[in-house]
Amino acid sequence: MESMQEINVHLENEFDIVSARQAVRNLSKSMGFGLVDQTRITTAISELARNIVLYAGEGSIYLRAINNGLRKGIEILASDNGPGIVDINLAMQDGYTTSRGMGTGLPGTKRLMDEFSIQSSPGEGTQVVVRKWLR
Amino acid sequence: MEIPILKIDNCLVVSIQGSLTDTAALDLQENLARDISQQEPVGVLVDLTAVEIVDSFVAKVLSDISSMSKLMGVKVVVTGIQPGVAITLIELGITLDGIRTALNLQKGVDFLRASY
Repeated sequence: MESMQEINVHLENEFDIVSARQAVRNLSKSMGFGLVDQTRITTAISELARNIVLYAGEGSIYLRAINNGLRKGIEILASDNGPGIVDINLAMQDGYTTSRGMGTGLPGTKRLMDEFSIQSSPGEGTQVVVRKWLR
Repeated sequence: MEIPILKIDNCLVVSIQGSLTDTAALDLQENLARDISQQEPVGVLVDLTAVEIVDSFVAKVLSDISSMSKLMGVKVVVTGIQPGVAITLIELGITLDGIRTALNLQKGVDFLRASY
């Protein structure tokens, strides 16, 4: 898979969440994503960025344009060295929350994007990779 | 970055613009509670025409604002939710069932006017 441009947003407070949203909105727009897909991608990143600030304290989001030979897409890696998720299956359930939120962050993010993968182990942090392909 | 709460006739009007920080959203909720108590409006209108994304946190605050206003005895209407925002909210799994909405500012004002 050929990579073109990469953007890194460091996250440690709520203003960084806004910066991450703006960065991904700009990149997805410049890549030719339609308005609704831009909104899906931006919302997904907002959820991932908030999870990092809320649960890990700090981390990073890496954005890049990708190309699998057939289609162009956007890939987002959300990475932190926080406490990790003990039970990923539980965290992926709608309505499950440990923070008085709506419990829609991770399962909702998965529905907004085309591809979603998560790796996490207690004490070692969490890595989430999501992709959206241009239609 | 405080969101202004305006008064017109006997209603409070809030127009949220652009990208909202979490603190600004929570401050809005507290400031609205204060203004509802002090200014005794009949209704509250929250306009989202200029809001490009609503994530689960902002949706939760909107839902809380609506519940809070109802508890205080004031009608609430949320207006101008953009097409992309509506589609995204549904995919997130958020239907905001408890919130009264209207297509745009005018229809929201009409709804509040009809109720006093």
